[in-house]
Amino acid sequence: MSRRTPAELVGAEPGPAHTIEFDGRPVPALPGQTIAAALWADGVLAWRTTRTGGRPRGAFCGIGVCFDCLATVNGEPNRRTCLVPAEPGDTVTTQEGHGRADLAV
Amino acid sequence: MPTSPSDRYDLAVVGAGPGGLAAAVTAADHGLTVALVDAGPRPGGQFYRHPAPALGAARPERLHHGWSVFAALTARLRAHTAHHRITHLAGHHVWTAERADGWRLHATTGPGPDDAAVVEAAAVLLATGAYERQLPFPGWTLPGVVTAGGAQAMLKSSLVLPGRRIVLAGSGPLLLAAASSLVTAGAEVPAIVEAADYLGYARGLPVLLGNPAKLAEGAGHGATLLRHGVRLLRGSAVTEAHGTDRVTAVTVARLDRRWRPVPGTERRIACDAVAVGHGLVPQIELATELGAATRATPDGTAALAVDGEQRTSVDGLWAAGETCGVGGADLAVAEGVLAAYAVAGRPAPAGVRRRRDRRRAFAELMAAAHRPGPDWTGWLTPETEVCRCEEVPVRAVREAVAELGARDARSVKLLTRAGMGWCQGRMCGPAVACLAGDGKVGADSRPLACPVPLGQLARRTGPDAD
Repeated sequence: MSRRTPAELVGAEPGPAHTIEFDGRPVPALPGQTIAAALWADGVLAWRTTRTGGRPRGAFCGIGVCFDCLATVNGEPNRRTCLVPAEPGDTVTTQEGHGRADLAV
Repeated sequence: MPTSPSDRYDLAVVGAGPGGLAAAVTAADHGLTVALVDAGPRPGGQFYRHPAPALGAARPERLHHGWSVFAALTARLRAHTAHHRITHLAGHHVWTAERADGWRLHATTGPGPDDAAVVEAAAVLLATGAYERQLPFPGWTLPGVVTAGGAQAMLKSSLVLPGRRIVLAGSGPLLLAAASSLVTAGAEVPAIVEAADYLGYARGLPVLLGNPAKLAEGAGHGATLLRHGVRLLRGSAVTEAHGTDRVTAVTVARLDRRWRPVPGTERRIACDAVAVGHGLVPQIELATELGAATRATPDGTAALAVDGEQRTSVDGLWAAGETCGVGGADLAVAEGVLAAYAVAGRPAPAGVRRRRDRRRAFAELMAAAHRPGPDWTGWLTPETEVCRCEEVPVRAVREAVAELGARDARSVKLLTRAGMGWCQGRMCGPAVACLAGDGKVGADSRPLACPVPLGQLARRTGPDAD
């Protein structure tokens, strides 16, 4: 049995895909998808490293409660990517620690 | 300056899920002016979360149970909105409610200093829903381990899956619903690992017989899972997730009656994602900060205590749905309707009251059946992270308890930082309470219900602002 996709299940006919940039490479996104969703669809599960252990993290709760999915979006750190819609041309970078290395003294 | 309320509403409903929607449209039916204040971009809450219009989903109901109820509620919402009886404020995260000749709700709508709003109303109804309860296990911070509700939310809203071969684990009916959605959408689910034995339901036979719709819902998920060959492993738990930078397999073990893993029963299941959860925790901080009374539910969470008309112990503050104890969408709808009648000062239909009572009895039975066993901590290792935000391991929490004398979650937080991070203890709180030994069911204190930009907090708000 060939397995169907979520889009086929709900008969989705989205507009044309656009592109966001993740750590310097293009990632396709469908209109209406969040940044976290576009990354999942591309097989990416981690886009943050933790402050203490430097361990990889990505989306966990998917509804904006856990803050594990934080990333730097268009230069602004600590954005909850499970809530933020992906806009054409968005630049997403893996957030290292608190994402404020520029403020270090 | 923050948006000033041009009008004072008769009722402000916080949350546009099933309970909030039902309350808003029912109150508007009875002539009340209503503000429906919701964090989401579209109505529906978590249960009726659905794709953004731009995704062009022709059949969103394929990912839902009871979609017709939602379609009817949103049709009524549109009609009331068109006639200005309901103002739907989407994308508004309410962070506090204060008394002000009635109520004043403060909401944030974005990161900028001007992205703030104030809503004034004579009465407030909280329908803020719930979030998932998590019990940590070794490897649960690996990418690819997600919450069961999160996997479902990302699927419902953005039509994506975390992997191709997904193990469901934890306890509670959400696991069945999520697995059912995931396999229907093309994922492979090698197993649903359920810690409870489901025998708890048998003790409530009369309650079950009084809720044929809930049984049919369960049977519907069961039939889907059977058709896709999904195994339900009862009385078992995922005791470890394996992998280095992402999950590649889990270890599953049998549990004894107290949920302690039975040595020698471990087996390994390959997967590329794990979706976990142990039921839901009512999201009630807006009310508890106002001093609203809570009650302990049979699954060990704190819910708002309400009377037969859905009144909380705080005058002028009402609650419906999961905030009163987790019980599902149709209970939330019934409670929302009852609350709206009460706010409008009208007698509620007896049928709605009976439905609420039946569904509430089912919810209590369900909660008791999935209450975590006391020895679940037996699957933790000293290095298992308990607090995901602050990266606090079990070892540190146990030291705080055994050597530094911490007896409750609050003391553990002060000594270890567990629960002090971004999520404010929503992910680790239940586990820390168990490890601290009191396991006490109490409402967490969170003066701000969600993060608020400092620029907004710094502004003076309200009529006395310059």
